[in-house]
Amino acid sequence: MSAEKRVVIRTEGLEKAFRRIKALKGVDLTIKDGDVVVIIGPSGSGKSTFLRCLNRLEEPTGGKIFFNGEDITSRGSDINRHRQKMGMVFQHFNLFNNMTIMDNLILGPTKLLGLSKAEATERAQKLLDRVGLGDRGANYPSQLSGGQKQRIAIVRALCMEPEVMLFDEPTSALDPEMVGEVLEVMKDLAMNKTTMVVVTHEMGFAREVGERVIFMDDGQIMEEGTPQEIFDNPQCERLKSFLAKVL
Amino acid sequence: MKEFFAEFSKDFTQSFIEADRWKLYLKGIGVTLEVTVLALLIGLVIGLFISVVRCLHDQNPSARRNPLLRILNGFCHIYTTVIRGTPMMVQLLIMYFVIFASSRNQIMVAVLAFGINSGAYISEIVRGGIMSVDRGQMEAGRSIGLNYLQTMRYIIIPQALKSVLPSLGNELITLLKETSIVTVIGLRDLTKAAMLIQGKTYQAFMPFIGIALIYLLLVLGLSFIMNRIERRLRVDER
Ligand SMILES: Nc1ncnc2c1ncn2[C@@H]1O[C@H](COP(=O)(O)OP(=O)(O)O)[C@@H](O)[C@H]1O
Ligand SMILES: [Mg+2]
Repeated sequence: MSAEKRVVIRTEGLEKAFRRIKALKGVDLTIKDGDVVVIIGPSGSGKSTFLRCLNRLEEPTGGKIFFNGEDITSRGSDINRHRQKMGMVFQHFNLFNNMTIMDNLILGPTKLLGLSKAEATERAQKLLDRVGLGDRGANYPSQLSGGQKQRIAIVRALCMEPEVMLFDEPTSALDPEMVGEVLEVMKDLAMNKTTMVVVTHEMGFAREVGERVIFMDDGQIMEEGTPQEIFDNPQCERLKSFLAKVL
Repeated sequence: MKEFFAEFSKDFTQSFIEADRWKLYLKGIGVTLEVTVLALLIGLVIGLFISVVRCLHDQNPSARRNPLLRILNGFCHIYTTVIRGTPMMVQLLIMYFVIFASSRNQIMVAVLAFGINSGAYISEIVRGGIMSVDRGQMEAGRSIGLNYLQTMRYIIIPQALKSVLPSLGNELITLLKETSIVTVIGLRDLTKAAMLIQGKTYQAFMPFIGIALIYLLLVLGLSFIMNRIERRLRVDER
């Protein structure tokens, strides 16, 4: 059963500087197939920057990122191809406003994966049904609530059949009553062994769904462990004071 | 009073009816509209191209290292500066008497001159539209693996064009009115029609007030159409 799991993403001394500000100061992290990694930490600690470096929405200024063993920070690597395999979900959903929901979902599969429109639509419809929005394909994003938009955004990423899903505070922009429906979808993914990296302030989710919790502060990983280790037995002072504030 | 009406109807007949002169105005309207619409199409193509080149250059640090893009961007910069810094009339004269000195195809020259001129303005309009699209749209497009140009084409430009549609409408109207200077290269547009008729009848009032009204009607008509299109697009997404 516990055969050695395949490494999906590995970062080595990952650094990112915005002019003078060092947002990442050497981050080493390994994410294996089926892992659910939750990243917590105070605002400004570099969580988003780290996530966005993984698919190079931000260009790292130092260190390396290996995706399926290939160094995707090297010059020759085709980042667009790798991004097809890394789904990303944003805080503000970022659905394509000029398209219907269905067109949002099939754009990538038809333009990039070579699926026919019918194939892509079928795939999208299955996933829409799975998140309970099967009847929304013809709507425009502006016609949906925040929680619905975020579920669609998750489906849009899933339609590419990615090997890893990156979530950057997917519930932070939502009204409280809509947080649950999005977390449900994410929980469902986690149970189906989707490899996920989740930046979140939802400590309940981190504890319940996370297999590994990473505490980041000041551009570094300060502590790492199981939810029990992190929440019930924190070691470093900064984690203790962070937890005291958020719990 | 009676004399006034008699005079009026005589002038009117002379300027519009006699010798089928109304046909001249109609032909003139045709030429004016033809130049306007074709120039706008050329302007749109040029404007889109330039705005994408300039955004590609300004937004992508890695693409900026590409020498071809830098040359292209520099060229676009010079183009917009020169076009916006010189009078339309002069551009038209240069186009007709210098660049196409051997061609007597006045329509082609006028369409090119106005299209090239309009392209410079449209590029600025479209660039503003592209900048106004939320940054998250580009990031979302890139995150599923679309490259920069694909994201522009499928996601950014449609939204940008929609948001600048009113400005493009204004550009169309400006263009329509500005085409009246094609008379300097002898093209028989609506304005030229009035001038020709005035030369024959020695009546200035009727032909010039007449074409002023015609221009006004054309502008109102175009505004109406633009409004309809805008409203249609807005309803689409509600
Ligand atoms: N585009 C940017 N330009 C300049 N500084 C940035 C940019 N993005 C993030 N930063 C800085 O990098 C640091 C980490 O930010 P971020 O990764 O957004 O933190 P978090 O997601 O943990 O709240 C912060 O100090 C922030 O101000
Ligand atoms: Mg953040």
